[in-house]
Amino acid sequence: MEYFLQQMINGLTLGGVYALIALGYTMVYGIIQLINFAHGEFFAAGGYMGVILLSFLSFHGYMDTHPWWCLTASLVLSMSYCALLAMAVEKIAYLPLRHASRLSVLLSALGMSIFLQNGLMLTQGVYDKPYPTSFTHGGFVLGNVLQISYMQIMIVGITALLLVGLNRLVFKTRIGTAMRATAQDKVMSALVGINSSRIISITFALGAGLAAAAGIMVGLYYGSVRYDMGFVPGIKAFAAAVLGGIGNITGAMVGGFIIGMVEIMAAGYISSEYKDVFAFIILIAVLYFMPTGIMGENVDDTRV
Amino acid sequence: MTRGSKRFWLTWALALVWFFVLLWPLLGLKDGQVTFAAAFEVWLWVAGTSFVLLSAWRLNKAGAFTAVTGPLGRVKARLDSAALRVPTPVWLVILAAGALIYPQFTGRYAQDVAINVLVYVCLGLGLNIVIGLCGLLDLGYIAFYGVGAYTYALLSVHYAVPFWLSLPVCALFAAVAGCIIGYPTLRMRGDYLAIVTLGFGEIVRIVLNNWMGLTNGPNGILGIHPPGAYVPSLADGFTLEHIWLRSLTPLYYVILGLTVVTIIGVHRLNFSRIGRAWESIREDETAAELMGVNTFNLKLLAYAMGAVFGGLAGAFFAARMRFVSPESFTFMESAMVLSMVVLGGMGSIPGVILGALALVALPEVFREFELYRMLAFGGAMTAMMVFRPKGLWPAKRFGSRSEEKD
Amino acid sequence: MADQPLLELRDVEAAYGNIKALKGISLCVYPGEIVSIIGANGAGKSTTLMTICGIVRATAGEILYQGRPIQDKAADRLPQTGLCQVPEGRRIFPRLSVRENLEMGAFFRRDKDDIKRDLDHVLELFPVLAERTKQEGGTLSGGEQQMLAIGRALMGRPKMLLLDEPSLGLAPLIVKRIFEIVAQINEQDGTTILLVEQNANIALSAASRGYVMETGRVTMEDATDRLRDNPEIRKAYLGE
Repeated sequence: MEYFLQQMINGLTLGGVYALIALGYTMVYGIIQLINFAHGEFFAAGGYMGVILLSFLSFHGYMDTHPWWCLTASLVLSMSYCALLAMAVEKIAYLPLRHASRLSVLLSALGMSIFLQNGLMLTQGVYDKPYPTSFTHGGFVLGNVLQISYMQIMIVGITALLLVGLNRLVFKTRIGTAMRATAQDKVMSALVGINSSRIISITFALGAGLAAAAGIMVGLYYGSVRYDMGFVPGIKAFAAAVLGGIGNITGAMVGGFIIGMVEIMAAGYISSEYKDVFAFIILIAVLYFMPTGIMGENVDDTRV
Repeated sequence: MTRGSKRFWLTWALALVWFFVLLWPLLGLKDGQVTFAAAFEVWLWVAGTSFVLLSAWRLNKAGAFTAVTGPLGRVKARLDSAALRVPTPVWLVILAAGALIYPQFTGRYAQDVAINVLVYVCLGLGLNIVIGLCGLLDLGYIAFYGVGAYTYALLSVHYAVPFWLSLPVCALFAAVAGCIIGYPTLRMRGDYLAIVTLGFGEIVRIVLNNWMGLTNGPNGILGIHPPGAYVPSLADGFTLEHIWLRSLTPLYYVILGLTVVTIIGVHRLNFSRIGRAWESIREDETAAELMGVNTFNLKLLAYAMGAVFGGLAGAFFAARMRFVSPESFTFMESAMVLSMVVLGGMGSIPGVILGALALVALPEVFREFELYRMLAFGGAMTAMMVFRPKGLWPAKRFGSRSEEKD
Repeated sequence: MADQPLLELRDVEAAYGNIKALKGISLCVYPGEIVSIIGANGAGKSTTLMTICGIVRATAGEILYQGRPIQDKAADRLPQTGLCQVPEGRRIFPRLSVRENLEMGAFFRRDKDDIKRDLDHVLELFPVLAERTKQEGGTLSGGEQQMLAIGRALMGRPKMLLLDEPSLGLAPLIVKRIFEIVAQINEQDGTTILLVEQNANIALSAASRGYVMETGRVTMEDATDRLRDNPEIRKAYLGE
């Protein structure tokens, strides 16, 4: 029983990370019906930016004196960096192909993914890059059985903050409503004066920002980052987005947590070598039995 | 400078600034130092080349090079029409002759490259059936390659089954794998199909990597027998002696034969009723269904046929390397084969061959830039889609549609 | 009627790929008018409105709004100039609430207090919407959606309102109500209206002038009472 609860906590942490990445996939697919293969690379780039910034600050001693400020600064800067990166990728690889076939855009996305991954490798090296020793060592034990590390609390906390923030943005602000409107009917949104190109850029930026945050937190949790760390989590996060209903923001959050839980549970109770396979199986099962996901899709299903 | 060109160069400048902002943190914040040299160097290089290329492109558009391009264009047109007058069979004979005598005039390195090219040609042609003819986005094609390779590996190591006898078995297993993967996925729409096939490809790789009992996991399988052949020997009277085809030249001929078989197979399929049905599914599945085309069975058939050619190529790969490991069957390989098909020209046999040449032989020419190979590859893929989505040698369409502008 | 038309099309051509939909349309709408375009299915009526709004690009000809050419303007820049459309099929945002749909109509506006006032005004105009402000747009009935679509367009304080087949698929009583509101908008707020309709009867009674379109061309133009008495029109469109 304690094992189960322990795994639940681990699952919550992992699930939050997947939720953050899944949001980027779901928002972009919702608005332009594109599986942004390069999204995993935004996650990786975020992780790298975190390392770079934290290492830099650590070198100059700021990590010892103001660890939380350093973390916040790294988070904000990484998220901004990846937002800029995502907007650039959108303008180069997707905007020119707005009216092209699905295959073309998909391949363009693939090309960008490979390009970015190798860009990271060439500039940052092939080996794992270690995160500066985490300043949130240790944790506490709940009820004499459950081990909760401070790192986990921090990750869950930041994730919750970001998810709530995004929720407010998308459902309670004018821009958020415009984003949803554009996803539901691009033509009509133009007819009411919404500049869809700008909304699309904002969508990319938001998604990438969240992925960057996820990257930093994964880096802190596991202690290092790799240039190809985006590939497998990317697919799993996409599975989470589909599970929740593609284009559906709440769905992506729910889906992320489910996938995270399932992975941890499966790794714990069934087999840990094959743990990656479970997410893929869920993906295939969902697409076969319930392609609209558990909370319903949110895409543009109109015809001009 | 006209107003239009001002906007152009302004956009270019802005893009370069943006690029620098993205590039610098990756190169300029090392070991607690804030440096600009490394980033600036790369940036300058990019800025310089882009300036030169863009200026050349703009000047060309404005007609500055007509003194050169005009006569060149005319020469090219003359060559084209002369080439068209040579009947296709003559070209094929020339090509075949060249392929046959190739190993006699080239060294080990060149033969090695040629073998690689031919293997990828087979893979590309197989994937071409799935993507080019039938329009199914398969991102996990390499799984069939792996199934074929491991099937032969196991047959050879555990049961000493000769290569040529194993081929049909490998084809069968690959076809079965194709059906297994195809069955749940073929009802899904385009982009979902892509990611699911990707997932399947990864599943196969993970299984290969972890099933120690069967596949020996990451250590791979050693000691696979190369293809064998019986050659007449005149020692002790007329007998047939069994030799192993270990060295490059006989292996080249084996793969050449396999490739020819694949080309003929794909060509026949292309121009058969089945091929027509596949193309109708690619163009408009609903309409095809309404016309009585059994789309599901045909899609499954496309998958299986594509898998067969992949499996055969895999068997050869195992026989040639005499060692297989899951490392050779990653998503990146799938992506490579995919780009050969797409960049070369979907649905077109010469296009796929050209694609394989471009993506296998060309990097060998630029060996010193090995490090940047994948980077260039990724960039090239995006660039091709943006600028020339039809590929280098697109398939010829029979007839045209009113909605098409070209 | 002022001298200058609020909206004018001169020999406008438009195509979908290689298929020509508009083969040289000329029409004009003067401020304060209600003008109607009638014609059979496929005549190009909806395409005309979509071309005016910039969704479909005009391949030839000029579109002048308030005297200035707009054929090259991006579609999303037009609502702020006072040109709004209620497209065919209503096209309300299905998973946004009624209130959010209306708010989107005022997206380009910045004057928060006036937006609030307009929202209340629209809800007064369509009390059935006021009861359902939190309901998702896609769950409304056809008539309610039409009212929502019109209300959304009104939120943009349009000077010129384009309506594409407002009567399509609606019960006669609801159609009557909607056209009463259209007339009210025109009389009270002075909004100029260009109305596309397959239901020629309704169109010709609501409008003062009419254009008849056939396969991408304008074949007739006249005051609506004369059109109604025209025997060809009566035979082709008014069911005689």
